[in-house]
Amino acid sequence: MNRSVLKLYVTGMTPRAERAVANLRRICAEELDGQYDLVIIDVLENPQLAEDEKILATPTLIKELPRPVRRIIGDLSDKERVLLGLDLCRALAPVATKGETS
Amino acid sequence: MIQQSKTNLEIEKLQTYIPGFDDISRGGLPKGRTTLVAGTAGSAKTVFAVQFLAAGILNADEAGVFVTFEESPDDIRRNVRGLGWDIAQWEADGKWAFVDASPEPGEEAVITPGYDLGALLARLEHAVRKVHAARVSMDSLSAIFTQFTDTAVVRRELFRIVAAMKQIGTTAVMTAERTQEYGEISRYGVEEFVADNVVILRNPLEGEKRRRTVEILKYRGTLHHKGEYPFTVMPGQGIIVIPLSSIELTQRSSQVRATSGNQILDEMCGGGFFRDSIILVSGATGNGKTLMVTEFVSGGVKAGERCLLLAFEESRGQLVRNATGWGMDFEGMEADGHLKLVCEYPESAGLEDHLINIKAQIEEFKPNRVAVDSLSALERVSTEKGFREFVISLTSFIKHREIAGLFTATTSTLMGGPSVTESHISTITDSIVLLRYVEMLGEMRRGLTVLKMRGSPHDKDIREFTIDGEGMHIGKPFREVTGILSGNPVHLVRTEAERLEGLFKEEAAVN
Repeated sequence: MNRSVLKLYVTGMTPRAERAVANLRRICAEELDGQYDLVIIDVLENPQLAEDEKILATPTLIKELPRPVRRIIGDLSDKERVLLGLDLCRALAPVATKGETS
Repeated sequence: MIQQSKTNLEIEKLQTYIPGFDDISRGGLPKGRTTLVAGTAGSAKTVFAVQFLAAGILNADEAGVFVTFEESPDDIRRNVRGLGWDIAQWEADGKWAFVDASPEPGEEAVITPGYDLGALLARLEHAVRKVHAARVSMDSLSAIFTQFTDTAVVRRELFRIVAAMKQIGTTAVMTAERTQEYGEISRYGVEEFVADNVVILRNPLEGEKRRRTVEILKYRGTLHHKGEYPFTVMPGQGIIVIPLSSIELTQRSSQVRATSGNQILDEMCGGGFFRDSIILVSGATGNGKTLMVTEFVSGGVKAGERCLLLAFEESRGQLVRNATGWGMDFEGMEADGHLKLVCEYPESAGLEDHLINIKAQIEEFKPNRVAVDSLSALERVSTEKGFREFVISLTSFIKHREIAGLFTATTSTLMGGPSVTESHISTITDSIVLLRYVEMLGEMRRGLTVLKMRGSPHDKDIREFTIDGEGMHIGKPFREVTGILSGNPVHLVRTEAERLEGLFKEEAAVN
């Protein structure tokens, strides 16, 4: 399995940022079996990195590897949408359809 | 107490250096505040936002940050090259920084709840610190509402940005899209939180012509001129606002007379036109208006003055040929540097653009007299309101420079009657000379009268004149005809005429 490279951009360690970090760590632990590198970037300390990546909203999670690159904005509290959005949903596929009624 | 709070609370303004805008806004944009610039598509919002920064760099060496939500920085750099602004150079000089918030094509982010735009604010603050920016432009807010659909979040975040700008003390412009020219201020109700100051740019269609206007709708706590002002976007210059009612009637008035180029007409006017007056010559087609212009110009040149002739009806070749036909050498005068002929097709530009070109010509050539032949030709390319504003603006411009101006207007009917041009501008002019055809006993003859001569007595007769190879010859008054000006000449029998004349003499004696 390919190793995932994840970057999480936050603006200061606000409660929202802490929530996003906790959510992300939990998802990674449950779904990625330790096969990932996670970098947390504080935009207040590294505004130029945010400029280069054109980050507007925080928290923003960027999955750089495996390709394709995916971005997801929000506090990552909805695990299903995070996995879907990151294209990491293989393990979760049957669950993902659970709530769909239409 | 009241006095003190007044001086302390007065809001300082930052000169924008956008031509004309500082006049209508009485000094510029409120300093350290954010101003919303709203307009429909194509109303020059982006130009305004870019020019706000560009003019600051060029005129006051004030650096700026441009936040773009819509176009990519590359597109903006390219699009404003034609307006004469080299953003890439300014970026290299550390005078300009982009914050690129434009949507990335292809890469779409999944948006889930629980976010803010803290990164945008952090980047903006970073850029402001980096170049020590005094000015910030954000273009256009509507685009960020389409990127982030949770409008409550976006509004709250924009409010934070505005508050942060205020705290840092930078003066900011935010643009927002409007859906219609007259109606709600902007989409998404942006004005509710940046509503300290609102400027509206309009580009409505009036009679098949676009006419750009700018209006300062709201300037909280500070004075500004009200209403819509026309503006234009000129290549190499950007936005130029034409401040009309901010024009003050402060021009000095001169007692020095300037020759009309015709000795008898000078006598009729009590010694010539005043040097800083506006003269309107009105007449039907082919009635000698262009000849009067030619004599006015050559009279000025003979007196050693510099003359500028702006022709909108005839080509250069025609003008020179006509002048030669009346014994005047335009080409020679031009070679001596006393005369400048500018011939343009009225339809070649909008009226606002013509006005700016004319002003530029006057600034450059510094003439003592200016002739425009004819105003009616210019009227064709404009709306009624636009034309009136043009005339007011032009007359005030030349009066301020103590230049004598002679304008011609063509009447719509052959036998007199008013023209639209006249009714618009007759109150602005100092002198009016009417040229009329007079039908007499199966013959067309020409009549001339000085209708108005501000500040001087003048001859009230309607005189006959003829035109030959030496120009205009003004002769005796028409004594046996009445109703010339109304276009219905009626011949009087001599005795009747004498009786009437006697009547007026008696009256004059009584007075």
